[in-house]
Amino acid sequence: MNALVEVVGVAKSFKRGTEVIQVLDKLDLTVEQGEFLALMGPSGSGKSTLLNLIGGLDRPTEGRVTVGGQRIDALSDRKLAGWRSRHVGFVFQFYNLMPVLTAARNVELPLLLAPLSKKERSKQVATALDIVGLSHRLHHYPRQLSGGEQQRVGIARAIATDPTLVLADEPTGDLDRESGDEVLGILHTLSSDLGKTILMVTHDPLAAERADRTLHLDKGKLIEREEAA
Amino acid sequence: MASPVRWLRQVSSVTRYSLMTVSQRWGSSLSSAFGIAGVVAVLVGVLSIAQGVRETMRQSASLDTAIVLRDGADSEMMSILGRQGTQVVSDTAGVRRDGDGPLSSAELFVIIDLPKRSTGTDANVPLRGVEAAAFKVRDRFEMVDGRPFEWGRNEVIVGIGAAREFAGLNLGAGIEVGGEIWRIVGLFAAGGGIAESEIWADAKILQSAYRRGDSFQAVYVKLESPEAFTAFSDELSSDPRVSVDTFRQADYYEKQSALLTGLITGLGLLVTMLMGVGAVIGALNTMYTAVSARTREIATLRAVGFKSGPVVLSVLTESLVLALLGGSVGGLAAYFAFDGFRAATINWQSFSQIAFSFEVTPQLVVLGIVCAVVIGFFGGLFPALRAARMPIADGLREA
Repeated sequence: MNALVEVVGVAKSFKRGTEVIQVLDKLDLTVEQGEFLALMGPSGSGKSTLLNLIGGLDRPTEGRVTVGGQRIDALSDRKLAGWRSRHVGFVFQFYNLMPVLTAARNVELPLLLAPLSKKERSKQVATALDIVGLSHRLHHYPRQLSGGEQQRVGIARAIATDPTLVLADEPTGDLDRESGDEVLGILHTLSSDLGKTILMVTHDPLAAERADRTLHLDKGKLIEREEAA
Repeated sequence: MASPVRWLRQVSSVTRYSLMTVSQRWGSSLSSAFGIAGVVAVLVGVLSIAQGVRETMRQSASLDTAIVLRDGADSEMMSILGRQGTQVVSDTAGVRRDGDGPLSSAELFVIIDLPKRSTGTDANVPLRGVEAAAFKVRDRFEMVDGRPFEWGRNEVIVGIGAAREFAGLNLGAGIEVGGEIWRIVGLFAAGGGIAESEIWADAKILQSAYRRGDSFQAVYVKLESPEAFTAFSDELSSDPRVSVDTFRQADYYEKQSALLTGLITGLGLLVTMLMGVGAVIGALNTMYTAVSARTREIATLRAVGFKSGPVVLSVLTESLVLALLGGSVGGLAAYFAFDGFRAATINWQSFSQIAFSFEVTPQLVVLGIVCAVVIGFFGGLFPALRAARMPIADGLREA
């Protein structure tokens, strides 16, 4: 397998007044193409920060982040926005759907940034919603959907542009067990059947069990590696 | 597809989305729009007063009419001309003549106190003594009720503007002038011009009532043509028998109204600026609230790849749309509330009242809307920049 994500010597610190808070400390990480990786750790351990660095939402204080051969920590904000639209899909804990847009319109949002005709966009929206099993909910608004369904729309939005990398930050954190299982099943399918590389931040050990590999972060360091059963 | 097209599509999508979310914030959005409407209504309303005064002066002005005052006098109040001087003016080349002689009226201008109908407070009302040619020198003079005064009698005619604004100026009533009662025998119009704010009487009788001997204050002449003014003026300037200044009527009225319209415009702009600052703060508050309420949505849009520029434009557009809505409502409200509203105010140059109508012109409404757009721009700019500059990771964490 090829490495899709390479994180080398990455540190991230924030200033709070005069105090410097070290969130990530000289961290190295490699994620293979097509891998489903779970990141676990207590609150404040730096899981989401690491996810944000890999997704180009934030920049490291030092070190480098390379995704698909592209070093993203050195890109300008403008180029980074373009890069995200082409290569990364985000799944959020609270779905982050636009409340005034239908499911189809929500899924279409990232496609508006791609050089696609309206017909092509409609086709990709339909495909993405079909993958998550929501073809029948195209014209429903988020308020008309259950939490699990909203998260599935969120996943459809993340994969609509056919990105190589999907980053999921606590995707089941706001869901009941049954809905969470459905969402994890979809993420697993995306990895196993469609070859998507998935990085998932989770607190839930049961959710992490669905991943190929789980890494633990504590106080900014990767402290343990273990293979999923 | 070309990149600019995609960029425009980004702008259009985010803006459309942004406008769709306004329905979730009707309260703050409408209060901001109405705040801006108030500013525009006040601006347009106040400026329509200045516009009304200017329009009244413009209606009075005729290009082929000249006013002659004593040298150095900048208004009729400050001028004095003897009979010989007014005769020289009448005889100067360029003055139009008809079967009755030169169209030249030597006039006396005094002020009397009359209570305003609206407030009951005393105001200075101009009383003008005229000669027979006065009715021909004014282009659009017409009697609208009663009859002209008779020469040699204590009778007056009243302009319809004055009759409307001041108590007691009713047809058939009497007013006290120089210790005697003068009968109101007619009402006249003058095409909406300043003469409608005046009371007219026989100049000779008025001279006697005010013990002015045979002196006047101004001579109004109708010229043979507008082009005749220069020669007429030059000839009077070089005539050693008189020492006078000659004005085109249009220039004279413009000068007469400059102080008043300048004062009204200045006050209007000052009030508008103060209110405008309040409206900008209101718009800022609304848009900061909007951006704050949508922090996570905006961060999500940026996370999936929307660039900062379209986000800035979307917030600005929302602010501008609210401002345009407010501006249009304010402009229309000003039109329906003020246009044609009749009032009187003092002209500081003549120390007398001018009756006029508020004039809400399309230009004033457009100016009001431009003012609203400026308020909307500044009200939206900083929240828009904040939305675009907030770190995405921080925005995604917002509840």
